[in-house]
Amino acid sequence: MATTFLLNGKSATLDADPTMPLLWALREVAGLHGTKFGCGMALCGACTVHLDGKATRACVTPLSSVAGRKVTTIEGLQSKQAKAVQAAWIELQVPQCGYCQSGQVMSATALLERTSAPTDADIDAAMSGNICRCATYSRIRAAIHTAAQVLKS
Amino acid sequence: MAFTIGFDWIISTRRAAATAAAGLASGAPFAPNAFLRIGADNSVTVIAKHLEMGQGAYTGIATIVAEELDADWPQVRVESAPADAKRYANLVFGTLQGTGGSSAMANSWNQLREAGAKARAMLLTAAASDWHVPTSELTVSKGVVSHAATNRAANFGSLVKTAATLPVPDQVTLKDAKDFKLIGHKAARVDAAAKTDGTAEFTLDVVLPGMLVALLKRPPQFGATVRSFDATAASAVPGVVKVLQVPRGVAVVAKSFWAAKQGRDALRIDWDDSKAEKRSSADLMEQYRRLADQPSLAARKEGDAERALRDATQKVTASYEFPYLAHAPMEPLDAVVKLSATSCEIWAGDQFQTVDQMNAARTAGLDPQQVSIHTLYAGGSFGRRANLGSDYIVEAVSIAKAYGADGTPIKLQWTREDDIHGGLYRPMYFHKLEAGLNAQGQLTAWRHVIVGQSIMADTMFAAMIKDGIDGTSVEGAANIAYAIPNIAVNLATTRTGVPVLWWRVVGSSHTTFAVEAFIDEVAHAAGADGFTFRRKLLDHHPRLKGVLELAAEKAGWSSAPLPAGRGRGIAVAEAFKTYVAQVAEVSVDKDGHVKVDRVVCAVDCGTAINPDIIAAQMEGGIGFGLGAVRFGAITLKDGRIEQDNFNSYRVLRMNEMPKVEVHIMPSTEAPTGVGEPGVAPVGPAVANAIFAATGRRMHVLPFPKTGDA
Repeated sequence: MATTFLLNGKSATLDADPTMPLLWALREVAGLHGTKFGCGMALCGACTVHLDGKATRACVTPLSSVAGRKVTTIEGLQSKQAKAVQAAWIELQVPQCGYCQSGQVMSATALLERTSAPTDADIDAAMSGNICRCATYSRIRAAIHTAAQVLKS
Repeated sequence: MAFTIGFDWIISTRRAAATAAAGLASGAPFAPNAFLRIGADNSVTVIAKHLEMGQGAYTGIATIVAEELDADWPQVRVESAPADAKRYANLVFGTLQGTGGSSAMANSWNQLREAGAKARAMLLTAAASDWHVPTSELTVSKGVVSHAATNRAANFGSLVKTAATLPVPDQVTLKDAKDFKLIGHKAARVDAAAKTDGTAEFTLDVVLPGMLVALLKRPPQFGATVRSFDATAASAVPGVVKVLQVPRGVAVVAKSFWAAKQGRDALRIDWDDSKAEKRSSADLMEQYRRLADQPSLAARKEGDAERALRDATQKVTASYEFPYLAHAPMEPLDAVVKLSATSCEIWAGDQFQTVDQMNAARTAGLDPQQVSIHTLYAGGSFGRRANLGSDYIVEAVSIAKAYGADGTPIKLQWTREDDIHGGLYRPMYFHKLEAGLNAQGQLTAWRHVIVGQSIMADTMFAAMIKDGIDGTSVEGAANIAYAIPNIAVNLATTRTGVPVLWWRVVGSSHTTFAVEAFIDEVAHAAGADGFTFRRKLLDHHPRLKGVLELAAEKAGWSSAPLPAGRGRGIAVAEAFKTYVAQVAEVSVDKDGHVKVDRVVCAVDCGTAINPDIIAAQMEGGIGFGLGAVRFGAITLKDGRIEQDNFNSYRVLRMNEMPKVEVHIMPSTEAPTGVGEPGVAPVGPAVANAIFAATGRRMHVLPFPKTGDA
């Protein structure tokens, strides 16, 4: 059965089991590999995508539920907030193993799209669902502040 | 040192393949040794013999080569070496290719400096030959060779044609440290951009034509086996191709992960648990407590600790209990295997290439030379991928073999639950410590008994167990650095059915906690300050004393005491010849909730190749270690693992990360590793800070739930 939705700005029709989690539809059907599998239970955030602009865990989102909606993955990030986040990530040398970082970038971008000058408490609230086993948290926090500063100026 | 001349196509990723093809198209590259290739397109490709699992090995390796080569950092790229121990052995391991023990920089240092310097010398000779000038008049900077007198300059790429015809020099002069331009400075990570835009390729991302995905149903208890199974429902799931019994369980091979997962969920398996481990971890710990009072083997004996304890004016006793810990790297274990009658090709975030070649070959019925490995970025490891039985690789090979060894690529994918249930944990340990103080408050006696499983027993490394002592069980304890006249460190090795493995910083993940939490109790009993007490016992150990003093100074240890409800704690560690000290500051609210506010870290790792990566490894190590002491525990109930995923196996999250400051001790000593040592002191530093704030000692790990933030 096919599901049609807006994927990274283009209409996409994925012919797959409608109960298949969006994560696997993106990875194995659409061939977009930036979104990662970490837990399968919305506990780690490695699979974070934007669903209608909101940070969403693709691993527990059935493909059928995104029909007609707007999905953005790391490959489709375009907003100025996203670009500022990614630039700050590199400037502050955030990634270590890098596996969780697509999800971190997606969550951080969604935060900045909503809150232009997040406080540490805002960052805790928005980012505590994204696990990084390398514990790059200090740099993620600093990079979000840096990106916010850059966007402000 | 063997200095191989040869040229190899190493195609580990599609990107590397594209690079190699570009090199070919524009002329033969210059490859003076196994670690370096310079293309006519002016690209400098460094071949990394070590796995990049986050620790920055690719960047460090490239920095060493580029420094001696005088390459321009942006022209440098890195690709993974193939599995070939003859050229790519870890010189700390001897003849095995692999990454671990925080050894990537230490073992590569001389080898890669020489590789870079020899290539540079050949490029100079090439320029001198092309231009008919003496090499002594040439200079090299940022990838450009210049001759000032004739105002000529050439980039490396334009010199490779001549350089490739030259002999490799036997001797070469290495740079003086004062001339370093990359080492000690901030060379940007070579993998940062790809790990920010989602293009970095992990094993999860490998797709090959006709590839199938396999999930394996493993027994619910370690040691149980398949008695029988019913694949009817699993086989009926659309997309499931085959259901296969293999030594470790029953595999569902399908066209997609989702089909394989649904198929596995539908499997009906009758397990034979007659040989399974059915004990609970609480029972095991009870047994360990008793064993601590039974005779055990000496790992270190100096003076007469028993007698000194009897003669002591004051005696201090404590015990510490450590749970099993899972590594839980973010990328659940995965491997792609393409097996035929004559070859086995593996794609993995491979950490022990030589060991994995041997185990894969044995499983497939091939020779190790018939096993090739493409090493990809690993989404974390923390020791998990460096396992002597190559568990996940062997599983994948066994599935490909059962499938028919017909060349069909099969990706074995573990789920998070598979990872948490999958064993190879940091062992559970019980530590009992006794110390004696004389009338002057001096530490005269130290007795330390460690009870727990051996990591190396029953593995191909078992020969490294000397006189019954597995060094990985006692490191950090047997080599306690404090000057104490009477020391006895003993080990009682246990056996259980629970498979165990090294976990980031190995023995020091528990020994440092025991030693550093206990020395704090001893200092307190002696009426001394924790920093001053330690410092006096480290006069003979300038590097450890150095980091202790640096951390204390930067943390303001001797400044005004913290207000009520807050506390500072200090701890030091030596691990893999790197010295680390940390001062933790905590706040405890009226309900007993602990918040770790700040950790100040001082590290002496010899020459600082990349200070920013060193800082990153300390930051990350602190977060990793802190998560473990606060939340980490794998427990068994009747042999079944009680945790499943990140909801029940808690790890550190953003809101729990303290502010971290890292201070690097200036040094010209040879570099040592930084991937692991930062993990060791944070637990005891925080425990000691909690004591300072509350008067409560942490004797059982993880810390009690009331300690949750």
